[in-house]
Amino acid sequence: MDAVARDTKHQGEHADRGAGPDNTETITFDLAETGGVRSLNAELHRPTSKSYAVQNPAGAHAIAAGIDADIAVDVHGHAGYYCAGMNDGGTVTVHGNAGTGVAENMMSGTVRVTGDASQSAGATAHGGLLIIEGSASMRCGISMKGVDIVVGGSVGSMSAFMAQAGRMVVCGDAGDGLGDSIYEARLYVRGTVGTLGADCIEKPMRDEHRAELAELLADAGLPHDPAEFRRYGSGRALYHFTSEHSGSY
Amino acid sequence: MCGIVGLHLRDPELYPQLGQLLESMLCGVVERGPDSAGIAVYGDTRRCPEGHAAVSVLLPDGATPEGLKDALAALDPVVTPAGDTTLVAAPTGVDELVAAVRTAFPTATVIGSGRDLAVYKGTGHPRDLAATYDLAGAQGWQGLAHTRMATESAVTPEGCHPFSVGPDQCLVHNGSFSNHATIRRDLVREGVTFDSANDSEVGARYVASRLAQGEDLEKALIALRETFDGFYTLLVTSAEGFAVVRDPIACKPAVIAETDAWVAMASEFRALAPLPGIDSARLYEPEPGKVYAWTR
Repeated sequence: MDAVARDTKHQGEHADRGAGPDNTETITFDLAETGGVRSLNAELHRPTSKSYAVQNPAGAHAIAAGIDADIAVDVHGHAGYYCAGMNDGGTVTVHGNAGTGVAENMMSGTVRVTGDASQSAGATAHGGLLIIEGSASMRCGISMKGVDIVVGGSVGSMSAFMAQAGRMVVCGDAGDGLGDSIYEARLYVRGTVGTLGADCIEKPMRDEHRAELAELLADAGLPHDPAEFRRYGSGRALYHFTSEHSGSY
Repeated sequence: MCGIVGLHLRDPELYPQLGQLLESMLCGVVERGPDSAGIAVYGDTRRCPEGHAAVSVLLPDGATPEGLKDALAALDPVVTPAGDTTLVAAPTGVDELVAAVRTAFPTATVIGSGRDLAVYKGTGHPRDLAATYDLAGAQGWQGLAHTRMATESAVTPEGCHPFSVGPDQCLVHNGSFSNHATIRRDLVREGVTFDSANDSEVGARYVASRLAQGEDLEKALIALRETFDGFYTLLVTSAEGFAVVRDPIACKPAVIAETDAWVAMASEFRALAPLPGIDSARLYEPEPGKVYAWTR
């Protein structure tokens, strides 16, 4: 698959929204100066360029949250909570670590973290691609609803909790309770899994799974062989109320 | 929500800057706890000179720092008011100084005591309180600060952190304990007395009782983890060092940064961002349920 087609896929159903301006000159925001995140985000919500750089993020919250256009934002340093939250079509790169809830509720676009991510990365996200080159902490992909998440390192416990749709790729290990109460997301783990959560089971890797995994790894720029991964998903035992449990209520 | 910051200096050249560094860290967690703030400083010989004991006190209504100085005149004390807190230092033993304060003002609350420690706490905006405590002027080898958003008990100086209930010990807490009433009853039966209705004080009293039995910080916090239920990120300090633990679910945040010159812990990275050398620090989140400890 070529780059253009991949982009279209990760734009999802919102691909026609917010094509963004024609100006390609990079605009730089230094968050150490007056205005901070509010003026940055006000600009990103009505962008006058396709390209932005953010200096001195110093762990500030909500950097580049709420983008709904095809623009690129490079954050040079560590970001705080909810960086690139609700992203809808933007390409946000954090050159450093990201705090709690990076790309939470993303709709489309791409978010890349070159370092580690804290808890709840990609929480409730509906679409787009989240790449964490380092490791992610607990609850990565909690309640994910269609996002693709690729983690170069490991994920903490309770990752993909109540995951509903989308794919998660973990190139390292997964902590305890992986995929607890999962619905239909597909989880690929290269290393060990601490424990599987309720109703999360290992499933066979078929050709279509190796193919989609190869595509996700290529999108993320990671060199691993899909044959090294195992697949996990829903045992589908928690979907329906069963009559033998009626006495419990 | 609450905010925690702590700094344990390895490089003595930084000792004169402890207060400035701690204040810049405190400013990074103000939004997490705008009700109150407390600080603890270890090794500030201007606040607790060599050979002295220092006791931090919340005076009862009607009592004044001058009245305390007069009552303790035989001990030749230095009495420094700082907002709700009054710091008393005197060339005597810690137990003797605490006893003298309690004798002078039986309803005073002792909020810290030791040979190397100055504790301040009070209600108000953390930035204002940092000035009240002259945090920027503090020096020493270790310090911590806490900004409070009260959830389990009232916004009072007594309910503010740190809780310093053993010699040269401090505990700060982000979270809430759910079985604190049960553990409080057990401790009361063992003869422990409490100053507040605060759940975090139960944690501090528990750790102090374990340390008094000869355990080190690491062992005491492992015991706490086995005994306490609820949400917590804790930073606990003593005359020996500095320890961090999070509950096994780890909802409450924590980031640790280490360089050759210092170890720092904070609720959020933005409180660590101003530290010198942060760009090359080893940064990580403490794992759920694992005790991290550093000693001098």
